[in-house]
Amino acid sequence: MSTVKLTVNGKAVSADVEDRTLLVHLLRDHLGLTGTHVGCDTSQCGACIVHIDGRAVKSCTTLVGQANGANVTTIEGISKGDTLHPMQAAFRDNHGLQCGYCTPGMIMSAIDIVQRHPGGLDEETVRQELEGNICRCTGYHNIVKSVLDAAGRMKVAAAAE
Amino acid sequence: MSVEGIGARVVRKEDKRFITGKGKYTDDVRLHGMTYASFVRSPHAHAKIKSIDVAAAMKMPGVVDVLTGQQLVDDKIGNLICGWMIHSKDGSPMKMGAWPAMAPETVRFVGNAVAVVIAETRNQARDAAEAVEVVYEELPAAADIRSAIASGAPQLHPEAPGNVIYDWSIGDEAATGDAFKAAANVVSMDITNNRLVPNAMEPRAAVAEYDTAEEHFTLYTTSQNPHVARLVLSAFYNVAAENKLRVIAPDVGGGFGSKIFIYPEEMVALWASKRTGRPVKWTSDRTEAFLTDAHGRDHLTKAEMAFDKDNKIIGLRVKTHANLGAYMSLFSSSVPTYLYATLLSGQYNIPNIYAEVISVYTNTTPVDAYRGAGRPEASFVMERMMETAARQLKVDPAELRRKNFITSFPHQTPVIMAYDAGDFNASLDAALKAIDYAGFPARKEKAKKEGKLRGIGFSCYIEACGIAPSKAVGSLGAGVGLWESCEVRVNPVGTIEILTGSHSHGQGHETTFAQVVADRLGIPIGQVSIVHGDTDKVQFGMGTYGSRSGAVGMSAIVKAMEKVEAKAKKIVAHQLEASENDIVIENGEFKVTGTDKAIALPMVALAAYTAHNLPDGMEPGLKETAFYDPTNFTFPAGAYVCEVDVDPGTGKTDIVNFVAADDFGRLINPMIVEGQVHGGIAQGIGQAMLEGAVYDKSGQLLTASFMDYAMPRADDLPSFKVSHTMTLCPSNPLGIKGCGEAGAIGSTPAVINAITDAIGNNKLEMPASPDRVWHAIHQQQAAE
Repeated sequence: MSTVKLTVNGKAVSADVEDRTLLVHLLRDHLGLTGTHVGCDTSQCGACIVHIDGRAVKSCTTLVGQANGANVTTIEGISKGDTLHPMQAAFRDNHGLQCGYCTPGMIMSAIDIVQRHPGGLDEETVRQELEGNICRCTGYHNIVKSVLDAAGRMKVAAAAE
Repeated sequence: MSVEGIGARVVRKEDKRFITGKGKYTDDVRLHGMTYASFVRSPHAHAKIKSIDVAAAMKMPGVVDVLTGQQLVDDKIGNLICGWMIHSKDGSPMKMGAWPAMAPETVRFVGNAVAVVIAETRNQARDAAEAVEVVYEELPAAADIRSAIASGAPQLHPEAPGNVIYDWSIGDEAATGDAFKAAANVVSMDITNNRLVPNAMEPRAAVAEYDTAEEHFTLYTTSQNPHVARLVLSAFYNVAAENKLRVIAPDVGGGFGSKIFIYPEEMVALWASKRTGRPVKWTSDRTEAFLTDAHGRDHLTKAEMAFDKDNKIIGLRVKTHANLGAYMSLFSSSVPTYLYATLLSGQYNIPNIYAEVISVYTNTTPVDAYRGAGRPEASFVMERMMETAARQLKVDPAELRRKNFITSFPHQTPVIMAYDAGDFNASLDAALKAIDYAGFPARKEKAKKEGKLRGIGFSCYIEACGIAPSKAVGSLGAGVGLWESCEVRVNPVGTIEILTGSHSHGQGHETTFAQVVADRLGIPIGQVSIVHGDTDKVQFGMGTYGSRSGAVGMSAIVKAMEKVEAKAKKIVAHQLEASENDIVIENGEFKVTGTDKAIALPMVALAAYTAHNLPDGMEPGLKETAFYDPTNFTFPAGAYVCEVDVDPGTGKTDIVNFVAADDFGRLINPMIVEGQVHGGIAQGIGQAMLEGAVYDKSGQLLTASFMDYAMPRADDLPSFKVSHTMTLCPSNPLGIKGCGEAGAIGSTPAVINAITDAIGNNKLEMPASPDRVWHAIHQQQAAE
């Protein structure tokens, strides 16, 4: 058992948990943030992706101790009040989701992809970058459209700031 | 078409919760005092249980109880069943072996549950499960069809000698034999349809709670059909009376058929919640999903096609062995029979067809419906045969198909299905244009100069869905009817709730069902709520699978709306002193045609519920129910073309273009229809090039994680070119054929046809991995 202290979606959090507790279970079970999902047991599917200190990380393969002192952002933390993050809006506008289960991880991953490619993205790059996110419903066609659309919106938003 | 009505590309209402992480999936459910279940599963494919010792597990921290199969028997809990009776050629009924939810004596597949630990936390349950001591006496296993039917094979069930479940046939054997005798040419193939694991991204889960005061159960479950779950759990598994069991299927993360069935785990969770007096949650991990979710496909087929001298098909003969796994799952018997062999006419005018299907037990995970359920297997046989025939007869593959197309409707096939309406030439024309077929030879030359082998492959598929006319399926052995229900509630100030027996697990019903209503009344979809997935709210329904929610679910909405509109018109006619026949509905108002006398829907509703001024004898309220029973299957059809480049050095295949030209009849929301086609094509390409569940000879599943089973990822797939032609379905009010499975049905043969075209070797097994393709290229070169 250990006490971990971290920031989740801007709020300070402290929890006493077994050392073997995965970050995804801390988020889902202890903090009630059930937007981050578990889809596999070999770290392939990406449904569990969150941001730790600004980078996309698979929370199913992260022990809570590894996130001690870190800034964690989940899907619940990326919109500003009622205003959706451009990536969220792009997924909705482009029908980039069907059952929604892979979607939080897909969105968190995609935000990271856009942030790491300030020079822009093309279809081939998006498809390669999404290798760590599995979707069974959409065939990825509209997910790719969503990410490319969002990249444009995020560039515009950044330029406006 | 109104802005948010039929045919509009309306953005989905349900997306809001999914994109913000506020979806409510079964594993998100948290109940006070909830415990966690972890199953103890057999590591052997076939074994007798000599003993189960739970003493050590019971002493471990947090353990509430450890339960075994014998206790299920003692509590008189029923076995799992197959609900579709199939008879063999000799008239005998299918041989259904007993399937207890937890095995008391014999385990028959790796993953077969033998005990369950209930504990305070997930980790405590898993730790204690490892401490349950089971002593097995291993038995020889039959891990595939050929081993199971070989003489001397280990017998899985006493009811099924030789492991044969049934030996069924359809069509005219003698007439077909005569056609073959008269044939100018015969094309013959051995075809394997590889076993697949559905792998919806949300693993299965169940949360069960028993209220001791009310003697009432609540079950949250990842189900495509909560009412069917309640029916089966009460009437067959004997866990609770129907009126003492509420089943809720909340947000469900994909199903593809695998979440139709009522599995051991939810049954045990329900039973355990009463035994322990605590709520019980079970969530599958991904390996458990590989081992226990119903698998799909797994056929071995010998097919022969007889042609006359003009290259017209005069006969088709098919013999298929279908692997149903260790136990018969709920719909399993019907998938390789009535959902497969009845599609063996394809898009073609074939006068004589005879098919035999022998379904077999093996020591593997039970097999049942998976996206397409029988129709992908049929299309694969037909479209590989047609392409192979074209190559053998030295005819263009598109032209050979055209020559044999059915062009007159309705068309009665020799295998039960009567196709109602279609235009196969229109789809093929659209596909040929979209792929630029005329330009293919030049593209092939260019690819050759770049060191690539380019190929093109066709698939002209037809399928039967919108399942199904109840009387027809009943006569074919189904234990259920396949109608759908809708209750329309117009609330006192005019908002509308549609209570549907359909269930949405990705299909967007909260939007599309609202579009149907919005279209009729001229109101925004925001005024229409869709209620589904809870047996306490919706009285009964048959759920979502078999591409039925449009054709059947929406038809029930139309029928109920007609009743609501008729009553509303009577009220308005009475209040405006007009004739009912002169009332029209426009922009949310009931209007006397040709005048500006109108009453808005909210006021009509208020009138119905205040009942101050209704026609004599009319009951208050504005709420109507309809049960819609389809009169026929529906028949989506289309033409798919796949163009590939194969790298001869590595065997790797790139799909350079994929074109789908479908006829789904009426489209309610083209954006959602396209999404269904994209997802289906991805699964079909997955089968062709990546996926395959592999067992070793001892029955160990070697592909039991995403590390070993190749799921299609974004960089395995291209973007798709999807287009539609439309012949309305004549048998339902909206003219809908359905679109949920077509992508997975039509795509697989197009891909294999393209790769075999590229490499010049027609012998290629699925998945067509780079390794297999490379060897096929080199075998071909060696043969030349």
